[in-house]
Amino acid sequence: MAQLQLRDVRKSYGSVNVIKGVDLEIRDGEFMVFVGPSGCGKSTLLRLIAGLEDITSGDLLFDGVRVNDLAPSKRGIAMVFQSYALYPHMKVYDNMAFGMKLAKAGPDEIRKRVEKAAKMLAIDHLLDRLPKQLSGGQRQRVAIGRAIVRDPKVFLFDEPLSNLDAALRVATRLEIAKLHHEMQNVTMVYVTHDQVEAMTLADRICVLRDGLVMQVGTPTELYERPNSLFVAGFIGSPQMNFVNGQIAKGFNAHTIGIRSEHIVVDNDSPTWRGEVVHAENLGSDNFLFVDIGSEEPVLVRQEGKTAIPWGATIGIRPLSENMHRFDEKGVPIR
Amino acid sequence: MATTAADRSEPPAARPRRSELQAERVRAARLFLLPMLVALALVAAWPLLRTVYFSFTNTSLSNLAGGEWIGFDNYLTWRTLSSGKTIWRGTLVDPAWWNAVWNTFRFAIISVSIETVLGLLVALVLNAEFRGRAIVRAAILIPWAIPTIVSAKLWAWLFNDQFGMVNDMLMSLGLIDHKIAWTANVDTAMYAVLIVDIWKTTPFMALLCLAGLQMIPRDMYEAAKIDGIHPVKVFFRVTLPLVKPALMVAVIFRLLDALRIFDLIYVLTPNSSATKTMSVISRENLIDFDKFAYGSAQSTLLFLIIAISVILYIWLGRVDLGGQKQ
Amino acid sequence: MNAVKTGAFYLAVVVIVVVAVFPFYYAIVTSLKTGTALFEVNYWPREFNFQNYVSVMQQGAFPRNILNSILVATLTVGFALFLGVTASYALARVRFRGRTLLLLTILGVSMFPQIAVLAGLFELIRFLGIFNTPWALVLSYTIFTLPFTVWVLTTFMRDLPVEIEEAAIVDGATPWQIIFKVFMPLMWPALVTTGLLAFIGAWNEFLFALTFTSSNTTRTVPVAIALLSGATQYETPWGIIMAASVIVTVPLIILVLIFQRKIVAGLTAGGVKG
Repeated sequence: MAQLQLRDVRKSYGSVNVIKGVDLEIRDGEFMVFVGPSGCGKSTLLRLIAGLEDITSGDLLFDGVRVNDLAPSKRGIAMVFQSYALYPHMKVYDNMAFGMKLAKAGPDEIRKRVEKAAKMLAIDHLLDRLPKQLSGGQRQRVAIGRAIVRDPKVFLFDEPLSNLDAALRVATRLEIAKLHHEMQNVTMVYVTHDQVEAMTLADRICVLRDGLVMQVGTPTELYERPNSLFVAGFIGSPQMNFVNGQIAKGFNAHTIGIRSEHIVVDNDSPTWRGEVVHAENLGSDNFLFVDIGSEEPVLVRQEGKTAIPWGATIGIRPLSENMHRFDEKGVPIR
Repeated sequence: MATTAADRSEPPAARPRRSELQAERVRAARLFLLPMLVALALVAAWPLLRTVYFSFTNTSLSNLAGGEWIGFDNYLTWRTLSSGKTIWRGTLVDPAWWNAVWNTFRFAIISVSIETVLGLLVALVLNAEFRGRAIVRAAILIPWAIPTIVSAKLWAWLFNDQFGMVNDMLMSLGLIDHKIAWTANVDTAMYAVLIVDIWKTTPFMALLCLAGLQMIPRDMYEAAKIDGIHPVKVFFRVTLPLVKPALMVAVIFRLLDALRIFDLIYVLTPNSSATKTMSVISRENLIDFDKFAYGSAQSTLLFLIIAISVILYIWLGRVDLGGQKQ
Repeated sequence: MNAVKTGAFYLAVVVIVVVAVFPFYYAIVTSLKTGTALFEVNYWPREFNFQNYVSVMQQGAFPRNILNSILVATLTVGFALFLGVTASYALARVRFRGRTLLLLTILGVSMFPQIAVLAGLFELIRFLGIFNTPWALVLSYTIFTLPFTVWVLTTFMRDLPVEIEEAAIVDGATPWQIIFKVFMPLMWPALVTTGLLAFIGAWNEFLFALTFTSSNTTRTVPVAIALLSGATQYETPWGIIMAASVIVTVPLIILVLIFQRKIVAGLTAGGVKG
């Protein structure tokens, strides 16, 4: 169990400021996801928590104790790397046991912990294999297993699913979610650029941009009450529709935002009329691109299976309770 | 649950303090480097300084500890006779020294140029895919693998004026009409040395060139083929510019190596004024003639020449040796 | 037209192979001849007489010379590798001030003309009382084996993945443990290559061996071969010289052929990447 606190944490490489002052509290046992576009500093922030990089200024506290100067192995953390980082010349068992062997633990205790972790991840039949004999998904589970064996207070994940193919990614995501349930008292910090992973795994999400925290909150909070244009556009797939200009002025805003699932086709009392310029049938949903006279066509998720032909003019209506309004600075008008 | 580290409630430091991890790593690095640095100081720095020191003394081989400081006398000194004539002494006005310098540079430039061109040609051959390529690559490693002394003896035998194969073959081909004393004759000695060195070192250059060639992506050649560019043009416009960086490094290493040459000359053409290089003449003075201090001066001069060449090269080429990719 | 091109190409290949191999082949042919046969030029083997080889091994101290060479080369390479592994970790994986300068200095030392340190080493060796012993050579060879191993091993170390090192750090490994428990097993090929190249360099060394040894029993192979002489000054024992050359070269050639790929990788790592 560990509660993490970051107080005005900054990191610069020479004259380049990568993390520009982050204040964040990560609660005991929660699953916190750092998400953001490339270069926002999420991996750097994770590495600062791990201790693999020095904090330039600011404080990092674990359970109220300042850990800035502690070596990674003394902080009670474990890390799962994007490229698994397994020791190629050691068998799976030795990979997982390495940390404990270095700490001079007894062979019985090592065996107990390794087998327990291996069972948890269903890799107990692979303990005698070398990493190169394993598939990508198996290697990732060994990496997770190695982290579990350390019995850490904080579990760190650095984009662990990026190297896996789509199907494997979903399966492993499930494993990680299961892990969180089974290890309720371990705080987990997870970095990803994929907001779907963030939404499905997180207790809370921290959206980063350019080295600063944009918003912290539960997935629902970020989804329903984004505090900036950037967060509104970053969270949610497909991306929220943004409309400027005259149409937005009509709603007393510089920009309005409405998600595609919050617009309905309504030919009787439409708010907007427009021509269907493109349609995407994904099997489960139909997405219509409707040109209502704004810069970009508006994306509408269509319920029902009635095929609406290209070029047809239809009426659409945004649900007013889900409409977001932003001023010219991107700040929401509530 | 709480860690053992005390809660430090100091005010934030004026400049970032190193974490324990970094401090430990730097400390370990210093420890790891120390033995190596001590070893190098002992076998390289100290002897070099002593050699330079000796060059300013009149030390002799039989009395190493008893040298007296004589300043620049080994390098250059002059005395005016009562007749008004000035006599100059010292290695800087010694014609044997300048002959050695000339020999060394002549040898280095010719051998490295030919080795580079031939090496590139051999590399081009090896870069093509053909049956038996492995055999050829193994074959060219043989001259490189043979110790220099052995090469010298092998070729001394081939160049032997009475029973040597070279004379025999050239005579039967009608290219010469009498047997040539390749290694003894002043006119031909340098050629003999060059031939052996080129034979021995071209494989090394070829391998380096080959590595450079193989780094060129194949699609460049395919694109050129589609465009219908003549192979020779492709070589000069595509291949050569891309191989040049690797080539330049190889050339400079070889040049510096060639300036120091000793073994081949000493064994193949001993005592030949046509091939005596700076290393050879220095050792001759140091050990054979017991002009220890004089030889030290010559060694120092050779060191300076090489040091200046290296500095010039780095300064002109701004070589990136730090390996910033991490 | 194509036939001419292919023909010319294969002609070039044949020329290259013949030129490369002939001198050594001729040495073998010569070493198998004795007596007056040596005074004829034969391109093909005329006889298979091993008398020269027997003489070489019985005459003088040649077997002892071979042992000396092996001893000296092994010791100096072992020493250089040990110092080189730890030094290269520091140079390749730890960021500290002055690192680039240090790398340049090490490169510089390998550029030293050996003659420049001859005088100083001579004094040092006399002072330590190791003149005319293998230790004189082990000491002096360090001037080129050490920078070489450090340089090549640093290049190899740089290429090892950062994340494995970070995983080891998280696991609590000290730098010493990282080198010997995590990196060394991955660097075996590099160590073998570097060791082999340094061994060959030490084996071939002539100047220091010539200057710092003075008796037949302490000499190394290159000096022994260079000084092989016959009963009178007019009688150069070419047959014996060729036999000695073959004896000394065949193991080297075999080693080089076996480790071909690794050697080329090592040479180009030092040359091309440097």
